[in-house]
Amino acid sequence: MRTLFVCQGTGCVSSKSPEIQVALEKLIEEANLEDIKVKLTGCHGFCQQGPIIIIEPEGIFYGLVGVDDVAEIVESHLINGKQVERLFYKEPVTGKAIPKYEDIPFYSKQERIVLKNCGTINSEDIEDYIEVDGYKAMEKALEDMIPDEVIEEVKASGLRGRGGAGFPTGLKWQFCRDAKGDQKYLICNADEGDPGAFMDRSILEATPHSVIEGMVIAGYAFGATKGYIYVRAEYPLAIKRLKIAIDQARERGYLGENILDSGHDFDLILFEGAGAFVCGEETALMASIEGKRGMPRPRPPYPAVSGLFGKPTTINNVKSLSLISPIILKGAEWFASIGTEKSKGTAVFALTGNISNSGLIEVPMGTTLREIIYGIGGGILDGKQFKAVQSGGPSGGCLPASHLDTPVDYENMAAVGSIMGSGGMVVMDEDTCMVDVARYFLDFTQKESCGECGPCRLGTKQMLDILTDITEGKGKPTDIDLLLELSDAIKTGSLCALGQTAPNPVLTTIRYFREEYEAHIKEGRCPALVCKELIDYKIDAEKCVGCHLCFNNCPVDAITGDVRGPHVIEMEKCIKCGMCLEVCPENFSAVDKISKGIEQEAAQ
Amino acid sequence: MSVVKFILDGMELSSTSDQTILEAALKNGVYIPNLCHHPDLKPVGVCRLCLVEVEGRRPVVSCMTHVQEGMVVTTESKPITSMRKMTMSLLLANHEGDCLTCAKEGKCKLRELSSYMGIEDEDINRLRSSPRNIAKDESNPFFTIDMNKCILCGICVRTCAEIQGDSAIDYGFRGFDTVISTLGNKDIIDSICVSCGECVTRCPTGALSVNNYTPPAREVRTTCTYCGVGCGVILGVRGDTIVNVEGDRSNVVNRGHLCVKGRFGFSFVNHPERLKKPLIKKNGKLVESTWDEALDLIAGKLGNYESHEMAVLSSAKITNEENYVVQKFARTVLGTNNVDHCARLCHAPTVAGLAQSFGSGAMTNSINEIPDAACMFAIGTNTTSAHPVIAARMKEAIRNGAKLIVANPKEIELCKFANMFLQHKPGTDVPLMMGMARVIIDERLHDESFIKEGTENYEAFRKSLDNYALDFVEKITGVPANKIKKAARLYAKNKPGGIFYAMGITQHTHGTENVLATSNLALLTGNIGIASAGVNPLRGQNNVQGACDLGALPNVYPGYQKVTDLDAKKKFEIAWNCSLDGENGLTHVEIFDAIGKGNVKALYQVGENPVLSEADANHVKEALENIDFYVVQDIFLNESARYADVVLPAASFAEKDGTFTNTERRVQRVRKVIQPIGESKSDWWIMCELAKRMGASGFEFSSSSGIMDEITKVTPSYAGITYDRIEENGLQWPCTTLDHKGTEYLHSGEFKTPTGKGRFMPLEYRESDELPDEEYPLLLTTDRSLYHYHTSTMTRKVAGLNVLHEEELMMINPSDASKLEIEDREIVEIVSRRGRTRVKAKVTDICPPGLVSMTFHFFESPANELTNAALDPLAKIPETKVCAVKVSKIVK
Repeated sequence: MRTLFVCQGTGCVSSKSPEIQVALEKLIEEANLEDIKVKLTGCHGFCQQGPIIIIEPEGIFYGLVGVDDVAEIVESHLINGKQVERLFYKEPVTGKAIPKYEDIPFYSKQERIVLKNCGTINSEDIEDYIEVDGYKAMEKALEDMIPDEVIEEVKASGLRGRGGAGFPTGLKWQFCRDAKGDQKYLICNADEGDPGAFMDRSILEATPHSVIEGMVIAGYAFGATKGYIYVRAEYPLAIKRLKIAIDQARERGYLGENILDSGHDFDLILFEGAGAFVCGEETALMASIEGKRGMPRPRPPYPAVSGLFGKPTTINNVKSLSLISPIILKGAEWFASIGTEKSKGTAVFALTGNISNSGLIEVPMGTTLREIIYGIGGGILDGKQFKAVQSGGPSGGCLPASHLDTPVDYENMAAVGSIMGSGGMVVMDEDTCMVDVARYFLDFTQKESCGECGPCRLGTKQMLDILTDITEGKGKPTDIDLLLELSDAIKTGSLCALGQTAPNPVLTTIRYFREEYEAHIKEGRCPALVCKELIDYKIDAEKCVGCHLCFNNCPVDAITGDVRGPHVIEMEKCIKCGMCLEVCPENFSAVDKISKGIEQEAAQ
Repeated sequence: MSVVKFILDGMELSSTSDQTILEAALKNGVYIPNLCHHPDLKPVGVCRLCLVEVEGRRPVVSCMTHVQEGMVVTTESKPITSMRKMTMSLLLANHEGDCLTCAKEGKCKLRELSSYMGIEDEDINRLRSSPRNIAKDESNPFFTIDMNKCILCGICVRTCAEIQGDSAIDYGFRGFDTVISTLGNKDIIDSICVSCGECVTRCPTGALSVNNYTPPAREVRTTCTYCGVGCGVILGVRGDTIVNVEGDRSNVVNRGHLCVKGRFGFSFVNHPERLKKPLIKKNGKLVESTWDEALDLIAGKLGNYESHEMAVLSSAKITNEENYVVQKFARTVLGTNNVDHCARLCHAPTVAGLAQSFGSGAMTNSINEIPDAACMFAIGTNTTSAHPVIAARMKEAIRNGAKLIVANPKEIELCKFANMFLQHKPGTDVPLMMGMARVIIDERLHDESFIKEGTENYEAFRKSLDNYALDFVEKITGVPANKIKKAARLYAKNKPGGIFYAMGITQHTHGTENVLATSNLALLTGNIGIASAGVNPLRGQNNVQGACDLGALPNVYPGYQKVTDLDAKKKFEIAWNCSLDGENGLTHVEIFDAIGKGNVKALYQVGENPVLSEADANHVKEALENIDFYVVQDIFLNESARYADVVLPAASFAEKDGTFTNTERRVQRVRKVIQPIGESKSDWWIMCELAKRMGASGFEFSSSSGIMDEITKVTPSYAGITYDRIEENGLQWPCTTLDHKGTEYLHSGEFKTPTGKGRFMPLEYRESDELPDEEYPLLLTTDRSLYHYHTSTMTRKVAGLNVLHEEELMMINPSDASKLEIEDREIVEIVSRRGRTRVKAKVTDICPPGLVSMTFHFFESPANELTNAALDPLAKIPETKVCAVKVSKIVK
């Protein structure tokens, strides 16, 4: 029996992988091939190579598959037994083809626990999940363990919350267990809002039952009979797969009353968000479920004591809940043997940005940034230079090359001014302006600020205005100090973590890339040639042969010149879109970005 | 709650464990900066200025952190002080800077804080500022919203949620663009805002400001003159004009809370149309005269009639002292018991009904007990319109977990907050409540021990329930049986439970029986004689309770002592040194009947407008056209006064001293704020002058407190009232001695009936007098608006109230409208057997099919010319709430 797993995570779906599956199924049926199954599966992780098809049991990896390749796959591989070599992964430097995914460095260097089932099971079939020991942990917990034992096991494992704050999960459950209340709640926070983060999304799309199983065990451990999965509305595929999974789990009696005759009741409500990043903050999330405006509130009281509808509540991240069943099945000792002294187990990262192998990975805590970015990530795209790596989303920071050997875990990342966060990791190359990066994150935070507290609502706006001015050459000499002063006030005063961590991108970029700020402010120059107000596009008359390509493609007709004559860009009309640079043939490379070199004015 | 010692900035302070650090600090005279804190509201910790250091912890917001024994708190530290300064500077950098001309100047918390923190120009100027340029919302006539000055402290949002209970405003949008707005970001006048002004009065900046705010030169505490809640108000005066009103936070009834009329509706006092001189009708026209001429004329005329040919209508708006004097005048000078007032048209059944079941006919419990009720049954009361501040207490009770059952033919505002809404047909209250009683007994939810020990006549009552099988009740009322069951269970199982009612219960030919149905329910469940329960008739006028208490009624002397009781008669003959008539006099409607027949030839009317307020008003108009002699004593020349032979200018509530008694029996002070307008005089002065000119003695009063002294001698329930004793919080009667502390709730332990037990009353269902038929197929009922008061004599003099409620809109159900081909806002004709008028129609499903509803606030469409004056046989109240009409399109 051979199974073809067609990746249908959101990434591959947007590259038309459902059509690939349909085509495969059609051709296989027409060819009357027996013993071959085609299954949809979730994100396999190597998104750069999508759409992906895995063929088991051989373990063959086909990447960058198109609908047009399906016929060949069926004909050549399935019928005639000849694998389609051109679809194998090729090593970037040597060009060597690697047919099996377990040999591909991107995969071989990972330790996949949370991601174990991602890409290897049918995400919409509970039977597939059960076949790979699904719900066995739940059985063990409900039948062989008492709630306190479950909590002890999770405590002993050293599991810390994977949403970013890193609070010990077992301890959180203990607080809730000890709290008094006639009703307790468990909430799975699936409101993954960091730009560039898709870890939780992929897990929910690939193996929703991992989360459900973890939730049943958690509810059993601290006494919650009702659970909510708060998932952002912008994840329709995850929502669809969750709905299917919840229905299937209910049908099997894994959700509902008296699960597995344990006497424990637990059922789930799927709750969709409504487009607010701040609702990833636990108290704002609970307000949202209660039907109120999603605004955080000061703590105490902590949710463990008084949370949803005033009842004791635990909020856990998707990844934290996905780690519960492996911990119960394989034991706390096993989990604690992975990772570092204070950060046990593995962490999941979404590698994005200017990296060769963008996608989803899982490595033991303590793996260095260098190993992640170069060893697994394949280094920087297009042979450019590494400039910075940003982790933790808008709450996190940018680290320079000098910090590439930082082991990634909670403590080590915090020590250098960043955070590990939920797992978003954006790699930036030499063509990135760090001031612009800071501005980008503050723009995000300011738009998502709920507005209720002054330090965040007004402070982030002030920082954004200052950063915007700097990127436009309007920065003042006092601005860097003002940014640092604002950062202190915002960190001290903000009501919730959105505000409290909003200054982090600014703080780290000033710490590690101060000279870029100073160039913008003192010289009106953007060293990375990104900030539009500070650059000009210029055609090198000596290199230009008048091919007229730039003329034809300029969206605002800012280029003058006749065919075969010299071409000139009129700066007043130019909108700095970069089209001319892109279309100018490589062998001419006649278009340059240059610094405007504005003389900085002393006064406003 | 225990005493706690803690350290604040190095000083040892003492507090209690229920206090927050901020509260404890402020109480001990230590200021911690704060912007979003308000003593009336739950703390939210959003302004962040009150952050303090606590040893062993991360900094906390002092407004939300309770003090603990041994806590060490530091209010200033480098990071916290810097954060405060930066936050303030950011607020100021983005704030409209017209401080000198801003309405909040002198009271602005931003200024106070920036001065406290030492914010300088440089702190603000070094920041980037982004003016938002949001257009002011000037849609409301009374206040303006300027979002450019808003600091988003959220006090207004929390006030609307926690004090007024309506949540008309909330945060909108996000980030720097966050505003406080309404549903759909509409202008405030297009939202559910009821203009109570509670948010405006609490706003710390100029974002919310009263229009044309004029700081007063002096302020006087008094009691509101509109409705029976009796809110404490502080009138601000400049010169001789009332320029401002604040709620009196020290008043136990409202704690400073006001409704739109109480806060913004007193400009009528200084209105140019106030009567300033006596008027005498000469040659068919009312011309100005003098007091001497007018009083002599009246004295002369009245002296020539027989006692039974005269009648006096006292006013539910004048003080207790004045009501006492008016009824004394009628009885001792005119020699007649033909004295009544508008309670006849509203709560006469309450007095007649509860007198039978409880022995005393007044609201049994107090307003402040409402928030602690477990259940409230509101039947025939549109509380949010007619008693807004009581409605706010009900909403508070709901937020505390209470259940609310609303029974009303129309889907009123209160239904929004209700757990159950029983939409019964008008006039079917007896079967509805008897049906509920039946369920309570059938399901054994009644309070057996209370019934056994504290009540009588239970068996007869229980037997009468045999006639109220639920399918019968369902058929008559239109309410599904299972709903009746659920409501009954809710009321019986959630104690303490209070019943609240008003005109929907009383204004019927079986109004007395309706009232008895409510007392039956209360007795059945033991919800009487305990706090937060009871039977609570919501008295309408500011002093209708007092007018009844002080005997402005044809059948009782002050203190409800019967006119026909020989002992009582003797007592008053001695007290007043004259002989008295021992027969009951005529009631309100009977007086107009008698005038019509020529039996009553002279009518002396104080502070009323029967031409608009009396059912079958055409009958009243005819009577007044033909009456021999008609004297009107009022503050404005209202629609009735135009018929008068003599009009006397009376002083308003703001121009005299005295007392009002509110619906919960609380006697409160009314204080003189300005001199009487023009030549107007207080009503008691006028009556005394007249009495003297008619040769009577016993009217030599020189002050209203002097009148109260006499009142206490003859009115047992008021015997302990003195102006000194009621100075702070008033006193609730019965207050029988000078040591008595007043009575919060009645019938505790014993009833006032002869046996001391509460009496069950078996009841039969009697249909309303005039139900729809083929010729008049719709049922007309009447209603009230929040913005106008009764016949609008006062409220339509206030420009802003006319903006908020401009004209009459007859409510009609869409299916009825479509059958009649009537469109929304079309002018239609409405006709009954007694009268006709034209009015604009509002097509709405607030009214169920078959029911149309009008207010009686607009003289242009006098609803009472249509209504039916058929009387309740015991209480003699007309059936204002039910009559048959036909509505038609006006064909040009």
